[in-house]
Amino acid sequence: MNRIEKTFNRLAEKKEKALVGFVTAGDPTIEKSQEIIEAMCDSGIDILELGVPFSDPTADGPVIQRSSERSLANNTNLETVFKMTARLREKSDVPVVLFSYYNPIYRYGGRAFYRSAKDAGADGILIVDLPPEESAELTSCREEEDFPLIRLLAPTTPEDRIAAIAGSASGFLYLVSMTGVTGSSGLDTSSVSEFCSLVRSRTTLPLCVGFGISTAEHVKQIAAYADGVVIGSAFERLIEEHIDDSGLVQIIADKTREFKQATRL
Amino acid sequence: MNSKQTEHGPKVTGHPDERGHFRQYGGMYIAETLMPAVLELDRKRREILPDPAFQKELAGLLADYVGRPTPLFLAKRLSHYLNGAAIYLKREDLAHTGAHKINNTIGQCLLAKWMGKHRVIAETGAGQHGVATATAAALLGMECEVFMGVEDISRQAPNVKRMELLGATVTPVDSGSGTLKDAMNEALRHWVARVRDTFYVIGSVAGPHPYPVMVRDFQKIIGIETKEQIRSMTGRLPDILVACVGGGSNAMGLFYPFLDDPVEMFGVEAGGEGIDTGRHAATLGCGSVGVLHGSKSYVLQDRFGQISPVHSISAGLDYPGVGPEHSMLKDTGRVSYLAVDDRQALEAFHMLCELEGIIPALESSHAIAFAITEAPKRNKNEIMIINLSGRGDKDLGIVSCAPGKEKQE
Repeated sequence: MNRIEKTFNRLAEKKEKALVGFVTAGDPTIEKSQEIIEAMCDSGIDILELGVPFSDPTADGPVIQRSSERSLANNTNLETVFKMTARLREKSDVPVVLFSYYNPIYRYGGRAFYRSAKDAGADGILIVDLPPEESAELTSCREEEDFPLIRLLAPTTPEDRIAAIAGSASGFLYLVSMTGVTGSSGLDTSSVSEFCSLVRSRTTLPLCVGFGISTAEHVKQIAAYADGVVIGSAFERLIEEHIDDSGLVQIIADKTREFKQATRL
Repeated sequence: MNSKQTEHGPKVTGHPDERGHFRQYGGMYIAETLMPAVLELDRKRREILPDPAFQKELAGLLADYVGRPTPLFLAKRLSHYLNGAAIYLKREDLAHTGAHKINNTIGQCLLAKWMGKHRVIAETGAGQHGVATATAAALLGMECEVFMGVEDISRQAPNVKRMELLGATVTPVDSGSGTLKDAMNEALRHWVARVRDTFYVIGSVAGPHPYPVMVRDFQKIIGIETKEQIRSMTGRLPDILVACVGGGSNAMGLFYPFLDDPVEMFGVEAGGEGIDTGRHAATLGCGSVGVLHGSKSYVLQDRFGQISPVHSISAGLDYPGVGPEHSMLKDTGRVSYLAVDDRQALEAFHMLCELEGIIPALESSHAIAFAITEAPKRNKNEIMIINLSGRGDKDLGIVSCAPGKEKQE
C-alpha cells in the first residue's frame, strides 16, 4: 500500500477529509520553497502537490503563471523538484504528488522520470495536459505499478468518459470544480456536489476537488461530499503577497491549519 | 511517377491516423476540460465537412467572397534578374484580407455555424489570422474575440485597427514575450473557461488534433489550384515548391497536394538575427521533439523542456513550435527545411517590390529570399513556385525602421 492509499484510509477512520496543498516548487526561492513545503506538512496538509514550473502553463490562471515565472527565474527544473522531495522525505511521510505539464517530463524521459521520482520519495504524478488518449507512452515506462498517474475529470467530461477514465485510474481522482483555469472565481459548490455524486456512482476511488477553492468556508462545504479538497492558487497568492515578509513561512503554516480545521467534519 | 523523392522512403500521405498522429507527432495533449470539445469537433468535422451542402456553401464563399482561385503569376523580371529557374508566384496576397489565412477561417467559422456555435476566438501573431477570423465572423454574424501579444500589437498596429473595424474585440496578452506563443496560451485559457459556447479558430496547422489536419484540409486548395494552373500554363508539374514556415499552414496548403508527385519542396523558417546568435525561430532546423499547445512536434526548448524565447522580424513566423505534419515531413526527408535571416528577408522584400510591383508580407519574404539564392543554381527550364502567402502593407512600419533599406535604393 503506498502513502496515498494509507493517507485516505487513516483519514476515513478519523472522519476527516484530505487537505491537498499545491505550491510551485522553487517559489519564491528554492530554499524558502523547501521551508514552505515542510511547514505545510507540519501544519496538517495530508497530500502535497508539488508543482513543476513550466514556461507555458496553459491551464493556469495569472497567480500560478507568475509563481512559475518566479520559480523558473531561480532555475528550478525537474532535478530541483526531486531534490526538494528527497529533502522533505527526511522529515515527513506526507504523500507527494508531482504536478506538471507534459513537456518537462517528456524531455526528461519516462523511464528516468519514474526512477528519479521513486528514488526521491514521490508517490504519484498528475499531468494536466496528458489525457488518457496519450498517456500510454509514459505509463509504459513505469516499472512498478505503485506510482499512480492521477486522472482528472472536468465538468465537461461526459458520463461514458467519466466511467472509462475512472475505470483505469488509481490513487485518487482529481475533479476540476469548474470550466476555467486555476484560481478562477465563481465556485458553485452545489454543482460540485452533483458532480461528486455522479462520479461516486462510477468509482470507489477517493475524489479530490480542486480549482477556485480559496476560503475555509469553501473547504468546509466541499469536504461535506468530496474526500479531499485541493488548495493551490490561494497558497500562491499568499506567497506573492508576503514575498518579502520574514514571516512568510509562518503565514502559510497558519493558513494550512485554518484550511485543515475545515476538513474535520 | 518515378522520382527520387517518391520511390524511396516512407509514405508521407495518408496521415494522420484516427487520433491525429502523423507517425510519432501530433495527438491531443490538452486539459481534460477541453478534451470533450476537441473530440466533438473531430466527430462533427467528419460529419459536416463532406456534406455536399456544406461543400457548396464553402465553395461559393471562397469564389465570390474570398476571390478564389487566386492567380498563379510568372514573375518574369525576377526570373530574368536571377537568371535561373522560372519563378511563379501563387498570389495568396490577393485573397480577401490579403493572406491565405482566410481560406481556413471561412472554413472553420462556417463549420462553427453548422455546429450551432455563435462565438469564435482566435490567437494571432502578425494579425493576419486575427483579421481573417474577424472578417469571417462579421460575414457569418458571429461574435469574435482575438488574443494578440502586446509586442505584436505594437509592431502590427494596422491589423489591430482592422480587427476592431470588423467588430472584433482585441484582447492584449502581456504574459511571456507578448508574441504569438503567448497569444495562443491565453486563447487556450479563455477557451477552457468558455468551451461550452465558444469555437476556437486556430490559425495554423498546429494545436491538438483535429486542428492540424482540419487546417491543412482547408488550406490545401492553394496546392490544388496551383497544380491545375501550372499544368494549364506549362503543361507539366513544377520542379520546386517554396513556402515560409512558422506554424506552417501556407506551406502545408501548397505542399500537400504535391506530396506524391516528383516535386522538390522547401520550407523556409525564420533565421532571425542569425542561427548562431540564438535569436531565431528555426524550430525544425534547431529544435527537438516536445509537446506544446496540444501536439507533439519539434519545439525550440532548453534541456529541461522549457520553451525558448524566439525572435523574427516577422511576427507571423515568431513562434517556437511548428505543425506536427511538418515534423514528419522533415524526418522522412520529403521536405527540406532551412532558414533565412531577417536581413535576407528584408532584401527579398525590397527586390519583389521593385522588380515585380508586389509588396510581400515579411513572412512570405522569407520564401522569396530562399528563391533568390536557389533559383540561380537551377536550369532555366526548371519551374519554381513560391507561395506568396500574404501582402506586406501591414509591415511598412517595420520595414521603414529596419536597417538595410538603403541597399536596394
